Amino acid sequence: MKTAGVLALQGDFEAHAAALKKVGLKVSFVRSADGLREVDGLVLPGGESTTMLKLLAHDGMMAPLRAFAETKPVFGTCAGVILLAREVSHPVQESLGVLDVSVERNAYGRQNESRIVALTPEEPYRQRTGADRIEAVFIRAPILRRTGPGVTVLARYQDTPVLVEQGNILAATFHPELTASTDVHALFAAKL
Amino acid sequence: MFQFDSETFRLKVGLADMLKGGVIMDVTNAEQAKIAEDAGAVAVMALERVPSDIRKEGGVARMANIGVIEAIMKTVSIPVMAKARIGHFTEARILEALGVDYIDESEVLTPADEENHIDKNDFKTPFVCGARNLGEALRRIGEGAAMIRTKGEAGSGNVVEAVRHMRSIIREMKRLTTVGPDELAREAKELQAPLELVEWVAKNGALPVPNFSAGGIATPADAALVMQLGAQAVFVGSGIFKSSDPAARASAIVQAAKNYDDPAKLLDVSRSLGDAMPGLDIAKIPESELLQKRGW
Repeated sequence: MKTAGVLALQGDFEAHAAALKKVGLKVSFVRSADGLREVDGLVLPGGESTTMLKLLAHDGMMAPLRAFAETKPVFGTCAGVILLAREVSHPVQESLGVLDVSVERNAYGRQNESRIVALTPEEPYRQRTGADRIEAVFIRAPILRRTGPGVTVLARYQDTPVLVEQGNILAATFHPELTASTDVHALFAAKL
Repeated sequence: MFQFDSETFRLKVGLADMLKGGVIMDVTNAEQAKIAEDAGAVAVMALERVPSDIRKEGGVARMANIGVIEAIMKTVSIPVMAKARIGHFTEARILEALGVDYIDESEVLTPADEENHIDKNDFKTPFVCGARNLGEALRRIGEGAAMIRTKGEAGSGNVVEAVRHMRSIIREMKRLTTVGPDELAREAKELQAPLELVEWVAKNGALPVPNFSAGGIATPADAALVMQLGAQAVFVGSGIFKSSDPAARASAIVQAAKNYDDPAKLLDVSRSLGDAMPGLDIAKIPESELLQKRGW
């Protein structure tokens, strides 16, 4: 059985752990660079990206995490996407830079603009998951303002990409871990 | 009927889920908010005076000045919470119109209604409320609170009440899981809480919303203690900006919330912090000045 790591510095890492177990993975919470050695892939959960950056920097985890994301399957949701992105705006902040996208933080607005919507995903997603609908929970969500040529869009909302893939990296600006469906997590599990 | 699966409730709880493992810090101006964000706070709580000053100065404590809250919202990118008085639904409506991310219907401010709390189900903006025990927590959730925090004793710098409240909530939840279904109506009567919420806790052994801790947390060790007892995140009020080195203490408490079960790391972050805020013996506070007795 493959082991999925969940970066457990702060945020909704427990919700991810529950979803990963449902798709048949063993789960290990990663709180240090050493923890990366024992996992076949890693989820970067939702939470506050500024807090996660402080904790990553304090523990010297930025470089090991970047090296991990360059070779192993990684799945980021919301704050996780902000950590993975090449450029971050609103405000500008440091990131791992492994996913060729530009992301604007809190781009829909504050909590009153948070929303749950039903999305019709793109054809490749429908083929791989057999699902023709995604329930997307956006919470103070970011928007991908640019996606590079190597990035495949799997779902859009209001004409901007919200679920994308680049090689071993999967990234959702919404929270599949806060829904009953495990389709997106199954997509990640298939990479391990 | 309580709507666990309504979209509004899921979004309210969803934001609380994002704050888990983090530290929410009381701030009274934009400069303090910046220090909190730079230290790694997951959110800030805007208020006019920190609880220890409210305690000292007395008078009526109200919702913070709107200009101050706006300046804080412009300065930081993390969620901004603000406090409304217990039962003061128009202060809450103003904060909702302003667009704060969470409203704390708080016993730290002077209550506006001694019988009724705000009908929080009716708001789009999520609410956090204080509780001393399971019954109080479930009454607030029934009214629509999407996050519970222990009341503790705000502004005391003494963690004993937060510990008492967290232990009480966790103990009562554990006990409910051992009670037969035919006894739950009586439990609901004893707890003075909605039956459907009592049934939910009996089945799941947890609250249907995140369970955080507040009230008297002043050191990294205090934060780690309440996390060990079952808190999923901590609020620090006077503890940071009434200490001798707020930036260092704020960072250390953020580290402590993450490493709450790692004594070596807690030792490391507890070094060179300067002086903590002065603390109060709860027994020496006159009954009428206990903030935790506000609300029911």
